[in-house]
Amino acid sequence: MQRGGPVTGRVVVVGNGMAGARLAAELSGRGEDLKVTVLGAEPHRAYNRIMLSTLLAGKISEPDVELAEAIGRGVDLRTGVAVRAIDRAAREVRTDDGDRIRYDHLVLATGARAVVPTLPGLDPARLPERVVAFRTLADCRRILALAGGARRALVLGGGLLGLEAARGLATRGLDVAVVHRVPYLMERQLDAVAGEMLAGTLAGLGVTTHLAVAPVAVAADATGVRLTLSDGRSLAADLLVLACGVRPDTALAEAAGLTVRRGVLVDDRLHTNDPRISAIGDCAQHGAAPTGLVAPAWAQARVVAQLLTGEDSLARYRPRPVVTRLKAAGIDLAAMGDPAGGPGEELTFADPARGTYARLRIHDERLAAAILLGDNPSVGTVIQLFDRGHPVPADRRSLLLGRAVGGAVATPAASPALMPEAATVCQCNTVSKGALVNCWRSGARTFDEVVAGTRAGTGCGGCRDAVAGIVDWLSRADPVEVGR
Amino acid sequence: MTLREEDGNVSVLPRQFPTNRGGLCQKGWTSAELLTHPDRLTTPLVRDPASGELRPASWDAALDRIATGLRDIQQRHGRDAVAVFGGGGLTNEKAYALGKFARVTLGTRHIDYNGRFCMSSAAAAGMRAFGVDRGLPFPLSDLGQADTLLLVGANPAETMPPLVRWLTEQRQRGGKLIVVDPRATATARQADLHLQPLPGTDLAVANALLHIALTEGYVDGEYVTTRTTGFTDVRRTVAGWWPARAEALSGVPVADLEATARALGTAERAIILTARGAEQHAKGVDTVTAFVNLALALGLPGRPGSGYGCLTGQGNGQGGREHGQKADQLPGYRKIDDPVARAHVAQVWGVPADELPGPGVPAYQLLDSLGTADGPRALLVFGSNPVVSAPRAARIESRLRDLELLVVADFLLSETAALADVVLPTAQWAEEDGTMTNLEGRVLRRRALRPPPAGVRTDLTILTNLSTLLKGRAPSYRLVHRKGPLLTPDADGPEADPQAVFAELRRASAGGIADYAGISWERIDAADGVFWPCPRDDGPDSPRLFADGFATPDGRARFHPVEHRPAAEQVCAQYPLHFTTGRVLAQYQSGTQTRRVAALRQAAPDAFVELHPDLADRLGVADGEPVRVLSRRGEFQAPARLSPAIRPDTVFAPFHWGGAARANSVTNDAVDPVSGMPEFKICAVRVERAECSGVDR
Repeated sequence: MQRGGPVTGRVVVVGNGMAGARLAAELSGRGEDLKVTVLGAEPHRAYNRIMLSTLLAGKISEPDVELAEAIGRGVDLRTGVAVRAIDRAAREVRTDDGDRIRYDHLVLATGARAVVPTLPGLDPARLPERVVAFRTLADCRRILALAGGARRALVLGGGLLGLEAARGLATRGLDVAVVHRVPYLMERQLDAVAGEMLAGTLAGLGVTTHLAVAPVAVAADATGVRLTLSDGRSLAADLLVLACGVRPDTALAEAAGLTVRRGVLVDDRLHTNDPRISAIGDCAQHGAAPTGLVAPAWAQARVVAQLLTGEDSLARYRPRPVVTRLKAAGIDLAAMGDPAGGPGEELTFADPARGTYARLRIHDERLAAAILLGDNPSVGTVIQLFDRGHPVPADRRSLLLGRAVGGAVATPAASPALMPEAATVCQCNTVSKGALVNCWRSGARTFDEVVAGTRAGTGCGGCRDAVAGIVDWLSRADPVEVGR
Repeated sequence: MTLREEDGNVSVLPRQFPTNRGGLCQKGWTSAELLTHPDRLTTPLVRDPASGELRPASWDAALDRIATGLRDIQQRHGRDAVAVFGGGGLTNEKAYALGKFARVTLGTRHIDYNGRFCMSSAAAAGMRAFGVDRGLPFPLSDLGQADTLLLVGANPAETMPPLVRWLTEQRQRGGKLIVVDPRATATARQADLHLQPLPGTDLAVANALLHIALTEGYVDGEYVTTRTTGFTDVRRTVAGWWPARAEALSGVPVADLEATARALGTAERAIILTARGAEQHAKGVDTVTAFVNLALALGLPGRPGSGYGCLTGQGNGQGGREHGQKADQLPGYRKIDDPVARAHVAQVWGVPADELPGPGVPAYQLLDSLGTADGPRALLVFGSNPVVSAPRAARIESRLRDLELLVVADFLLSETAALADVVLPTAQWAEEDGTMTNLEGRVLRRRALRPPPAGVRTDLTILTNLSTLLKGRAPSYRLVHRKGPLLTPDADGPEADPQAVFAELRRASAGGIADYAGISWERIDAADGVFWPCPRDDGPDSPRLFADGFATPDGRARFHPVEHRPAAEQVCAQYPLHFTTGRVLAQYQSGTQTRRVAALRQAAPDAFVELHPDLADRLGVADGEPVRVLSRRGEFQAPARLSPAIRPDTVFAPFHWGGAARANSVTNDAVDPVSGMPEFKICAVRVERAECSGVDR
């Protein structure tokens, strides 16, 4: 390359998932000199993976998960086309339908694949009929087909994806049980207290949890599936959903000799060790590990687009702190950073009866970590403070209890007598309590007369009750006291 | 409101009218004070070349200076070297006459107005979705009946207090009020739910609301299928706006987004209203469109008691944008580049259609070109004060100074008038007849109480005078028949008769989108106003639009996919805070009028900078201490006002003041690509304690 300069010619994007489709949208209509070819292995148009659990819940139908595509504006999209190999010397990719497509720049957005645990009865190449991983739209269709006649479902894996799948199936009315090896749910994001409370919340939504047990074997046939656990129990269900994490899809990159650790290794420009090849999204590894989240994938797509179009040759990917969010009817969870993982002051609030929990760690006046579960009105503020590294409020309570604390809502004085003379009663016409009292003393004796004399209550009308209260107080109060 | 005159003193009385139901704020009550204010201009002023000062002059001398100057400049630099700048406070008659004056008398394409800074984004979004732009396509009283009312970037408790009576009624009936505003305003504090997004993220909030409406099944599929087009692209766009994404961007909790979508989606009657907070952005049109998309997906527009609308900012903000003050527009909301529209209006005006100039440029672009090599050399300003109200105001002030001839018609020496070569004293609202069109599209009468004081002329008279001097004859406004006496006496003949101008406006608007053909002053007087479109004398008017169809060729409303994009200027290490502007209750617009009313000055005497106490603490600023607000474009100074009602990452200031306290010195002049609306509502600033030595700049 192409050291910093824009690319002319053909950009080939391998993958039409969240990352690849986003990049295509970013590149569309950006100059005559840039032709973009997107190759998607899945047969359908780009869709929003995040909405699959909602699709599972039966609240939406397939067209609702479709994403906007950038076809026609310099973008050639080919779906149902898998890439077999990259020929770096010839600068071309070979597709499974025998095509060779030359590239001036290649972007790998091949995503990740669901992990199938090594268990007796599970052949990753050929899963039993009633066992499905939860990753793609095709997976989702299979689960939905099975769920149609099902009563009970098992979900293996109590991480974010597993719980979303469990929640979705429970919404359809299935009895759902989650099996998780670790003593509490979502251990990568939560602490034990939050994990337990989340399990309690899920129980109320029809999802039971089996914790600290490992699966040891799967037996499945056309009529059902049985999962044997390390504690000797065995759970029967009509279907088993595997949510045991994902693995970056690096096969193409490895075969082409690119540097791969857990994902395809990339630098701040998202370049692999071949400067003509970039990688973004779940298949890429920038720093310690791939994130598996959409926000970084889209930020990476933006940087690649800026570099390829020359819009900003200095664009660099700067990872932002990761926020994990689980939000479904009845569940509201946000987790960021490691609450136990460092120094600082700690704020906690727990209301187990209502399933509300907050734990925040503040270091150097910045939010270092937080777990918010349940009804936490501050959640938006906390996420923004964490994401942007802004200073936390001096009144820490507002982080736990929301903006209501320290808000500007003035409480009306219990009695007009206690109200200061200078207090403004009518904002629209700037009428103070003193002005109302003076009007009374000048002879006005009814509400209408006081209103006519002061114009209080003639704007928005919101203070009319307060004015009536003061008139009432004046009519009952000792004139001497009023006059004083 | 009603006026009473006793011994030359005018007092204001509220009037029971369907929109305000007798409500008046302090600005209304005190409005008559300006009629006899000592600062009132009652003689023309002409700048003396020797001393450089404005000196009283006769009308003949002032008008002659203008006519000579205009003629000379147009001879040397062509017709477009003269520009006209109007205002949303002008009556329909004046707005119409101003447009005709520019196109026919001056023959310039350069006319635009301050409504570009006010309503243009909502207008453009309404036009492209519904085929018509009427602030509210239903009477204001519908607000009181709404089960759910969503106000986006609107603060009527301060900017339009009588409207709050409808909000009160709405809540008393058990309705839910939801307010979207970065500040906990007086309006937001009354709401059942307040969404407090980071400035500039309303569009993402709207897309997320539609996303939730889709996933929760609130979308009215039947309505979308039968009454709209373009939903698929919008659906795919908002699929990318899952609530947690909007939450991280805007700071609005997902639970609040869900509650808002539910309240709108399950209500029998739901109304969504936007105002300047959502609209005054370089993505204002798209932001409004995002809320229009939401309203359409929920099936609100045209459903009884439901719909989308926008709250108008100026007295005649609606009528002022319908009859030809806009750069691209002819009367009746016609497009100036439409040959059919040109032919119709040219015929009414009695000129060949090919002599009508083409479209000009939007307000900011126009102001920014003044006095430059390719820009106009002369500007005539009616009813506006851009030195205070334009974005990046220091630059606009310098552009105005570069003009060869600046003429300002005003009744007070505004900051803009103070720069003028000629200032013409004009009549006030109580001294001239005319019509205004309110936010409901209801055409109202303004009745003169008494003639203007000696030495003062109406805007219509001034335009007539100038036409006579420039063209040798006055425009031919012909009044076919008159009932009752002419209330605005006019020494210069019937050409400046507002009723005659209105009669011609009716003909010029006939067949247009804003069709006034069936509206007469008598008809307005007989009813409580008349709602346009009203094409026939003997036909009905239109209180509610869209019941049967939209004003598009196929009668369907249009969805447009819109994406969030960042503000034109991002915060950075040097300018780390978001800055936003707005109004306070006791002041109006550029403050020229309200800053001169004693009671209002007492209520809101000074500019201020609203800061969160945490931010003030970090800056080492105490309440009331002067602070400087700096952006890449300039700075202003005002006392700090500490308030927990604002986000700690955002600073607010009202824009009513000029001079060293002019908030618009720092605002961003990035404009919306469709509407030309400047980005008043967000830019990046730094706030500093004002050093004592630096106070007097």
